[in-house]
Amino acid sequence: MSEEHKKIIVGDRRPDGRALDEMRPITAKAGVISRANGSAHFAMGSTVAIAAAYGPRELHPKHLQDPVRAYLKYVYAMAPFSTQDRVKPGPSRRSTEISEVSRQAFNSVIFLEEFPKAGIEVFVEILQANASTRCAGINAASIALADAGVPMTDLVSSCAAGKVDGKIILDVAGEEDTEGEVDMPIAYIPRKDEIALLQMDGLLTLDEFKEALELAKKGCMQIHEKQVAALKERYVRVASEIAKKGPVRESAEEVA
Amino acid sequence: MITKIDKEFIKTLAREGKREDGRAFDQFRDLKIETGFAKNAEGSALVTLGETRVLAGVKLSVGTPFADTANEGVLMVNAELGPKASPEFETGPPKEGAIELARVIDRGIRESKCIDLEALCITPKEKVWMVSVDIDPINDGGNILDAAGIAAIAALHDVKIPKLDEDVRPIFGTNSGKLKLRHIPIPVTTFKVNGALVMDPDFEEEASAEARLTVTSVEGFLCAMQKGGESNFKTEEVVRAAETAYAKATELREVVKQAVGL
Amino acid sequence: MNGTMEENVESAPAPMDPGSVLIASNKSIVVPGELIAKGVDFLPGSGTYKEAGEVRSKVLGLVRIKSDRLISVVPLSGQYMPFAGDGVIAVIADVQISSWMADVNAPYVAFLSLSEGVEEYVDLQKSDLTHYYDVGDVIYAKVLSVSKRKDVKLTMRDRMCRKLHGGNTMKITPTKVPRLIGKGGSMIELIKQKTGCHIIVGQNGLVWIKGEKQDLAAEAVLLVERESHVEGLTDRMTAFLDSIQQVI
Repeated sequence: MSEEHKKIIVGDRRPDGRALDEMRPITAKAGVISRANGSAHFAMGSTVAIAAAYGPRELHPKHLQDPVRAYLKYVYAMAPFSTQDRVKPGPSRRSTEISEVSRQAFNSVIFLEEFPKAGIEVFVEILQANASTRCAGINAASIALADAGVPMTDLVSSCAAGKVDGKIILDVAGEEDTEGEVDMPIAYIPRKDEIALLQMDGLLTLDEFKEALELAKKGCMQIHEKQVAALKERYVRVASEIAKKGPVRESAEEVA
Repeated sequence: MITKIDKEFIKTLAREGKREDGRAFDQFRDLKIETGFAKNAEGSALVTLGETRVLAGVKLSVGTPFADTANEGVLMVNAELGPKASPEFETGPPKEGAIELARVIDRGIRESKCIDLEALCITPKEKVWMVSVDIDPINDGGNILDAAGIAAIAALHDVKIPKLDEDVRPIFGTNSGKLKLRHIPIPVTTFKVNGALVMDPDFEEEASAEARLTVTSVEGFLCAMQKGGESNFKTEEVVRAAETAYAKATELREVVKQAVGL
Repeated sequence: MNGTMEENVESAPAPMDPGSVLIASNKSIVVPGELIAKGVDFLPGSGTYKEAGEVRSKVLGLVRIKSDRLISVVPLSGQYMPFAGDGVIAVIADVQISSWMADVNAPYVAFLSLSEGVEEYVDLQKSDLTHYYDVGDVIYAKVLSVSKRKDVKLTMRDRMCRKLHGGNTMKITPTKVPRLIGKGGSMIELIKQKTGCHIIVGQNGLVWIKGEKQDLAAEAVLLVERESHVEGLTDRMTAFLDSIQQVI
């Protein structure tokens, strides 16, 4: 069965033309679901996630209530039509694990003690999958939580590094994902230099691991900027619309 | 949950022939349809109806036909009312609301005979196309059902059937031609609010309604109906609802046609 | 304290430590984790936290600097957290043997006891509590107390408290309630006066409006909801209400 391995990365060129340390294009938008307390749309290349955040709100079932802090619920799901083969709706072992590690990634940044007994709930759905879906989900969830006004020490940013044809690359996608040797998603809090999620499948030397980690962190910092911009844009947009209409009168503004 | 006084307010307006946002009773909010929204689906459509947004995606696979319809492909419609779309929705297996939603849309499509299921047969008794339509509400601003029905039919019109390899397995991302459809069934639901017949309610109006009637129609025919809600319709109301729904469907069908390039 | 007073010539009450630097400006939009100021002179107010000598935002909101030292962030979104003394608009969620449970648009259901709910003597043998408040009824109530574990109690024993009849309710972001009320009630008075509507604003973000022009009043409320973070709100509100009056 030993088939000659066809190289995916030729020189330093990746199948989609990216450099080794280059992310796919990112788009992020806050406030896309009006009935949720907070929401976001996040795309990295053709991986698309949408997230809705609720709370703090009354938590059901009651036995989940914690008398001293809020309970954080994180549900990751894939839309049935998000992949090549239809995904059966409902939780799977995979989605349950991803939900749990993602929840843990947020646990340290949310001021849960301010809301005893309450629930803070995030629902993430992958509308379109092309690798790094948990990362896109975390990035969307981060924006959605902030959009909902949930107090947090920081935003969490997430992306993956990998190893393909012996080379360490950022933001694995497409055949790099299916044919590559290693996929390593991380979630990162840039300011604190804290890793909030780390998973790795495949073989890496210690040096390669360090290289991959640094690369993934670099990616997370780029994502962090996009998250910040998406949150501010929502409000700056209103201001610029008003500015376009022209000044009503010279402002003698009150302070709230 | 809607408060008593808000329900009362909406009901009083309805009795006076008015709606909170000033629309006529049979007036829909702006309908926008974007096909090809989910790139990994064989067909998809995002429908925006005012604040309401519903995404439908179609996946195609090859499977074994049912014994009693050995020469026919299989159509399946599924809906999940996930908690992202509304504070009132919960996680877990589909409950009555989601199951009814899926079944009403399924029957609208199936009974209209818009899909030639025999044309989806690859080898009789052995291999046929399985067509899965998944309804995914993004934001519940009311009247999810009509939006979902429109999304489903627009998504089906967007379907590109993949090519098959030697082992009769679909090759993902290829296109051997579009799914052939004969009609465009459109569901239009009439809600009874304090005796008034109202279409395309927002979520507060929907919560104030005592009964509803979904009428799915194609050009020339009604193809499926479903009554729901705690209260009832009079005969005259049913007839009026059916007539108005049919006329409204004709209007909405033009928007779908344009969106799918017909 | 070597005085670097240049930056605060006009209003600086005391010289600042040279290590104290303001990073974000007053009224700028910040996100969770964003650095606002560093140094010993800055104090973290609401919506912020201080870590390793740096004041950062907890929430998405607008920076507010008081007396050049106290830094807070006014959130642009978020849920209502009950506070004793708040006037809230509540929806009765359940009627029990001798009390009511009410939804106050918060993470916690609020408790209204019979003695705090009704002034007159009630004979529980003869009387049905739904006679006073039934499920779905809307009331204006005061928050009596909030325990550390967030048990919320309401009272109707206050001048303004009553059951609300007719009109309709709307929800705004609770953090925008102070802007809707305005300084000394100026904003809400303006809307009431120009629309002729009865309006009650709950601290919890529920607003009750009743009157012939209640749709216009609702639009005015939504204007605050949408634009309160942009300067010149009062002027835009006046212009909006005047333009409507001309049409009518």
